[in-house]
Amino acid sequence: MSGRHGIPKSRWLPAYVGLYLLFLYFPILLLPIFSFNNASTTTFPLAGFTTKWYASLWGNSAMLEAARNSLIVGISVALLSTILGICAARALTRYRFRGKKPATGLIMAPLFLPEIIVAVSLLMVLLQLGLELSLVTVILGQVIFCLPYAMSVLISGFDGFDRSLEEASLDLGETAIGTFRRVTLPVVAPAIVSSLLVSFTVSLDEFILAFFLSGTEPTLPVYIWGQLRFAAKLPGVLALGSLMLLISILLLTLSEIIRRRAEHRLRAQGAQHA
Amino acid sequence: MAVLSGTGVEHRPADPPKSRTRWIASEEASGLALISPTLLYALALLFLPVLIVIAYSFWTQDYLTIDRTFTLQNYRTALGEPIYQDLLLRSLVISLVVSVVTVTVSYPIAWFISFHGGVHKNLWLFLITVPCWTSYLLRVMSWKVILGYGGVMNTGLLSIGLIDKPLTTLLYNSNAVVITLVHSWAAFAILPIYVSLEKVDRSLIEAAHDLGDNKLMSFLRVTLPLSLPGVISAFLIVMIPTVGDYVTPKLVGGKDGVMIATAIQAQFGKGANWPLGAALSVTTMVVVSAMAGLVVLALQLLVKVTK
Repeated sequence: MSGRHGIPKSRWLPAYVGLYLLFLYFPILLLPIFSFNNASTTTFPLAGFTTKWYASLWGNSAMLEAARNSLIVGISVALLSTILGICAARALTRYRFRGKKPATGLIMAPLFLPEIIVAVSLLMVLLQLGLELSLVTVILGQVIFCLPYAMSVLISGFDGFDRSLEEASLDLGETAIGTFRRVTLPVVAPAIVSSLLVSFTVSLDEFILAFFLSGTEPTLPVYIWGQLRFAAKLPGVLALGSLMLLISILLLTLSEIIRRRAEHRLRAQGAQHA
Repeated sequence: MAVLSGTGVEHRPADPPKSRTRWIASEEASGLALISPTLLYALALLFLPVLIVIAYSFWTQDYLTIDRTFTLQNYRTALGEPIYQDLLLRSLVISLVVSVVTVTVSYPIAWFISFHGGVHKNLWLFLITVPCWTSYLLRVMSWKVILGYGGVMNTGLLSIGLIDKPLTTLLYNSNAVVITLVHSWAAFAILPIYVSLEKVDRSLIEAAHDLGDNKLMSFLRVTLPLSLPGVISAFLIVMIPTVGDYVTPKLVGGKDGVMIATAIQAQFGKGANWPLGAALSVTTMVVVSAMAGLVVLALQLLVKVTK
């Protein structure tokens, strides 16, 4: 059986893709299932439906404190890594300069490094500088970790940008800042929003850096890590985990929708120009 | 528009040579100025820390004071002590197995999306990447629930009668670590392979068919070599980070699945021997980079041979 262009199309491939998706999603769907299960153990058969594990989260002050910390860290990290990402992505897509490759390499390096080594080296520097471990040190560290993700979203958004629009604006007497605000920003805004959402999600779920750098103020993953030692706390952790999964998936879907809409609009504009 | 942006530089007015060099210089200056905040941030909080780790690995610690005389003692311990040798070797084997398995099982998925994804390519990519964006800690925890003694896998196998008592070999060993890591890193392997498959000129495959190559031969001689850059980045992006994984071995590895990160962490916690921790980190990075280099060479050689 041969498909279009002589590219072989096999019958088992879709089945394989199905199995693979099952492998990918099964562990993730399992957590919500057990979080509604009326038993403190995670075994089948299920013991009936309950929302008590979710209700128990509400009165848990340590968890709420961790959630507050995660929110502070997530928002700060999203803002910082997106601002730094905008500078770098703009420089890389707009200008030609020497040292582009090593600069990109350094900023993207955390993708290719064991996280524990990034964490340990940061820990040494921060303690050497005499800084107390706190949410600030977590933010400083997570920005390094989130930058590659923010950058890849931003670069792909900035790449499609038509430079002649800016040149026209400058020729018509607009200042550089005015051009950025009135011409560039509207076009690249979707990428910026995407980058904010993605960085926030990465920060919300990030564990290793938070674990090493958070001192006495845990973020949600660090709080969960502490709870995992106690078997009796597992259902509560599952409920919390399911909520975090839901938030992550919602944010990612939102970011994807925004990104795709912008892509469509750019393509439509491109068609008009041609 | 594509044509315009492709020649974007040329429709600039022709400048006299002198001001042209000034223009390039100013473009260079603007680019550097714009990237400098990010670059300085990365230099201060990534590059400098790594340099300090390297420096520390040649120093020694006496309680709270650091002795800054150059010594190779930490490396002698890191490479000589049987416990660190074992941990390092196991970490390397696990990261090699994980990267080989991840790339192998992910390649057909990338191929499927690129060649048969049709108009829904973006949706497919999104579906594949969503699980990998969700909390890593929670996914590892979930595997613990699946593979445990009273876990989903055992109850499932028991109920269909394949086994008559729960298997104890599922959790707390290196296999559990490998399965969990393969699951965690799937998207990181699929994306680079997909990107390089997208660049493969479809008419080349068609030509191979017309010239009498069967499916397998045209894959080995055209598609695979052309997607090699993606396969290589997939290998690197999976192999190097997994060697230092901390959460997975801790949660599902048990005694037989302990990896080097646990030893590194111990030097910064209660054990408190920063120079040794630094030496272990540097050793791990150097050895895994060497292994990654060998794998890349082997892949290039393999593709040359099958051509």
